Amino acid sequence: MTRIAIVGASGYTGGELLRLLLEHPHVEIAQITSESFAGKFAYQVHPHLRGQTQLRFVGQDALEACDVLFLALPHGEAQGHIERYASLAGRMIDLSADFRLRDASIYQQYYGEAHRAPAWMNRFVYGLPEINRAALTGADYASGVGCNATAVTLAVWALVRAGILNADQPLTADLKVGSSEAGRSPTESSHHPARAGVVRPFQMTGHRHEAEVRQSLSARGNFDARIAVTSVEIVRGVAAAVYVTLPGVQEKDIWAAYRTAWNESPFVRIVHEKAGIHRHPEPRLLAGTNYADVGWEYDPVTGRAALLCAIDNLGKGAAGSAVQCMNLMCGFEETTALRFGGFYP
Amino acid sequence: MTYISNCPDCAAEIHLPADTMLHELLPCPDCGAELEVLNLNPVELDLAPEMQEDWGE
Repeated sequence: MTRIAIVGASGYTGGELLRLLLEHPHVEIAQITSESFAGKFAYQVHPHLRGQTQLRFVGQDALEACDVLFLALPHGEAQGHIERYASLAGRMIDLSADFRLRDASIYQQYYGEAHRAPAWMNRFVYGLPEINRAALTGADYASGVGCNATAVTLAVWALVRAGILNADQPLTADLKVGSSEAGRSPTESSHHPARAGVVRPFQMTGHRHEAEVRQSLSARGNFDARIAVTSVEIVRGVAAAVYVTLPGVQEKDIWAAYRTAWNESPFVRIVHEKAGIHRHPEPRLLAGTNYADVGWEYDPVTGRAALLCAIDNLGKGAAGSAVQCMNLMCGFEETTALRFGGFYP
Repeated sequence: MTYISNCPDCAAEIHLPADTMLHELLPCPDCGAELEVLNLNPVELDLAPEMQEDWGE
């Protein structure tokens, strides 16, 4: 059995990791840490795990060596202690934004402060298996992914890969997102009277995840990703629509590009239905899953297209991708512990 | 014996069972388009007329 530990397991992504890994047949969860809840049972913080585990949180001082260390800390914390974490485990997966970017100057531009461990930035493989599977296979260190970046990257990837969508136009992405993106700690904006029922423009320009998308697409061109995020009345989920122009393209060309890009990816499904009410990707159907549904709407007269992707921000956008990375890094079957298909209605 | 054809809309390969009947309606497994069998020898499929919701409302 592979011994794993989760640092920062009391947050939403930490709890989702714990839920997924408790079902993994090849791992043993040795420790879960939380400074705020040390001594408490996991179910006292994650009530859906009652009866699933008797694990208790410990403080980071009690952290022991293991095979794979998951870091689910707030942004900026992992980089300050990365040497210590690396001394504890041969493999690490950091779900924060600390090691997603390769360029320290771009990190400083988007996160407003200098990176404290720039020498480590290139040692982490960007943890989106759908575009980085070969590099993740057998890797020692993987970053997590930004949930919004994941939705935008997967929305455009098939057409970028096929050369149908080029870097000669901006990628204007409109995202509707759920409240769990803001994390477990309550804030003024997450207070129920202020949050319930909102359609609240959250960040219309300069979103941090733009840097991730640009980096992910950089081998195919210098894409100008522009992300606008609106908070809506859901808990889990991201719905991305990327607006582009594709003059002269046929619907069958788009189908062929999507099939080529995704037919070998177990967690990406093409959703482009001619009839019915579920014709496009919808995040509600993906809650609790590691799936990303992708699709499009295309007007052949004008060439305008909306490239669509829906995910669960805590699943494919965080913990699900992290477990998928671990499977690839450790030589487990890629889909292990990730087959949950969601529920309906 | 089965028939093999392609969806006229998304080009998905479609396998029709041997007992497929002329003018039978069937959904495309990829895009969900409702298709009508216009000919069996050779197989010819076309989009079947369908009712649509008023999405532009």
